[in-house]
Amino acid sequence: MTAVTDTRKAGRWLYVASVGLLCAWVIIPLYFLLINTLSSPETVNSFPKPFIPEFDLGSLQFFAGFQGMLVALKNSVVVAVLTMIISISIGAPAGYALSRFDFRGKEVFRLLILLTRAFPLPLLALPLAVLFIRTGLDDTAVGLALVHTTLAIPFAVLITFSLFSGIPIELEEAAWTLGCTRFTAFTKVVLPLILPGIAASAIFAFVISWNEVFAAAVLTIENRTLPAFLLQTLAESPMHLKFAGGFILVVPALIFIFAVRKYLFAMWGIANR
Amino acid sequence: MAEIQIKNVAKNFGGYQALHDIDLTISDQEFMVLLGASGCGKTTLLRIVAGLETATTGEVWINGRRVDHLPPKERGIAMVFQNYAVFPHLTVFENIGFGLRMQKMPNDEVKRRVERCASLMHIEQLLKRYSGELSGGQRQRVAVARALAMEPDVILMDEPLSNLDALLRLEMRAELKGVLADSKTTAIYVTHDQVEAMSLADRISVMHQGRIVQAASPIEVYRNPAAEFVAGFIGNPPMNFLRAEAAGAGKWSVAGQTVDGPAASGPLQYAIRPEDLRLSDQGLPARVKLVEPLGAHLQVTCDVDGTAIRAVLDSDLTLKPGDAIHLAPQPDRVRWFDPNTTKAVQ
Repeated sequence: MTAVTDTRKAGRWLYVASVGLLCAWVIIPLYFLLINTLSSPETVNSFPKPFIPEFDLGSLQFFAGFQGMLVALKNSVVVAVLTMIISISIGAPAGYALSRFDFRGKEVFRLLILLTRAFPLPLLALPLAVLFIRTGLDDTAVGLALVHTTLAIPFAVLITFSLFSGIPIELEEAAWTLGCTRFTAFTKVVLPLILPGIAASAIFAFVISWNEVFAAAVLTIENRTLPAFLLQTLAESPMHLKFAGGFILVVPALIFIFAVRKYLFAMWGIANR
Repeated sequence: MAEIQIKNVAKNFGGYQALHDIDLTISDQEFMVLLGASGCGKTTLLRIVAGLETATTGEVWINGRRVDHLPPKERGIAMVFQNYAVFPHLTVFENIGFGLRMQKMPNDEVKRRVERCASLMHIEQLLKRYSGELSGGQRQRVAVARALAMEPDVILMDEPLSNLDALLRLEMRAELKGVLADSKTTAIYVTHDQVEAMSLADRISVMHQGRIVQAASPIEVYRNPAAEFVAGFIGNPPMNFLRAEAAGAGKWSVAGQTVDGPAASGPLQYAIRPEDLRLSDQGLPARVKLVEPLGAHLQVTCDVDGTAIRAVLDSDLTLKPGDAIHLAPQPDRVRWFDPNTTKAVQ
């Protein structure tokens, strides 16, 4: 009897410890990032480090004033918004088709969507760069957004697929019998119901583009996005700049992912099935 | 006026033949129930009339107009679904008025019709609510009100009561019957529940394996089943069958007794309803196997000539398993079936 409770207790401890460790693994670096971002450049470069932020905006001010940084930030936002728009306008219809229609090769198609993620980007980088230079898409926001779209589309398709599957077909059928065409039934019934999920899927596409560094570094020179710009300047830039840059990159991603977490779980639930 | 004609409709799903050559005419204002076990094709047939499914071959005519190539919205129909299909993002008012809004009807007319249909279904007090705040029964009322608000020529219902609990189902059944009779629309109603079918229908179409076996009034279906399937499907408990051997012209030997029957050749099936058997000194010799007192009557399962026969007897009788009794059938209620064709023999 006691042996059982002991084992149970030990298991529980192991569980709590593992959760604690994993949380620390994620949270502690983020905390240091926060402290150093909100400290003056002098404190960042000194030792020992404080554990409580000074709330000094010196580092961030320096970051904002750094040559090309704000332009890179703007480029990042433009590319991410474009990625968001393109990947939803392509991904959502695909998700609808997957959930509503039976067609030959449907399962293969679903698998292929995931396989695009398995294809290493470095392998594509050179041919893409050549192709982009030939078509004049190199070093443009649209060109980069297209590449980011290919990365975001699998998620857009899978998330919207699970959203559409969650809407009973009878709702659409009821709308058809009440005077709707396929299109008006979609706009009047389906769209209002999945709008929050579509927004979540769009935000996720935004975050994917926002965090992407490899394609951005290869395909842009003048119009670099923030991650590519930071990567380029990382070696020679001072410590406090790196911290401030990291902070600016991490915060929107964290906030957005937190906002759409419910839909990501839904997607994984479907993807694991 | 809305007569529905279904002409030679068949439906294939891949290699599976869901419907074979369905021919059915439903007259104006008739309440037609499609009754059958799950998988018999009744819902498919309803969906073909609605336009949610296309027939592989055949034609559907509503009101003298061929509609099988038209989308659902141009057929003059309204449908009530098994799982209600009440739009969750709209209030009850907007749900009921949805079809009217699609027709761009003026606001005051929408309001008038919605309020009238809501009061018919006793949901006036729910008009501002959303479907998430309603019970199953209330949702079904909204779905019916939404269909009625369209003032359709034809109202189609796909097992509308099957998701409700037993008591609510009884209540809704009575209400539906009244409301639909008043609305003077033609109705097709799909159910697997024979009591529902008997109580609602002007006419029942009993379906089996993609075919209509019999289409007749409830009492006709009950009293004169056209086929063995109908006799064994309708009634609780269903009809009893005994093997009958020819014993001269118009004479048949059933469980050792000689009875009058049709002038036909070969063995037949002798069929009798459980409530048409009486305890008697003469008749079919039976041995009691199981006695189930059900309050209003006594349901007795007996062994007659190696076949299990159920009889519904007076509840004051004292019978116990093992008793040897005689069951006398009411002669004019005896029916005969040909075991080869499974059809009724006169």
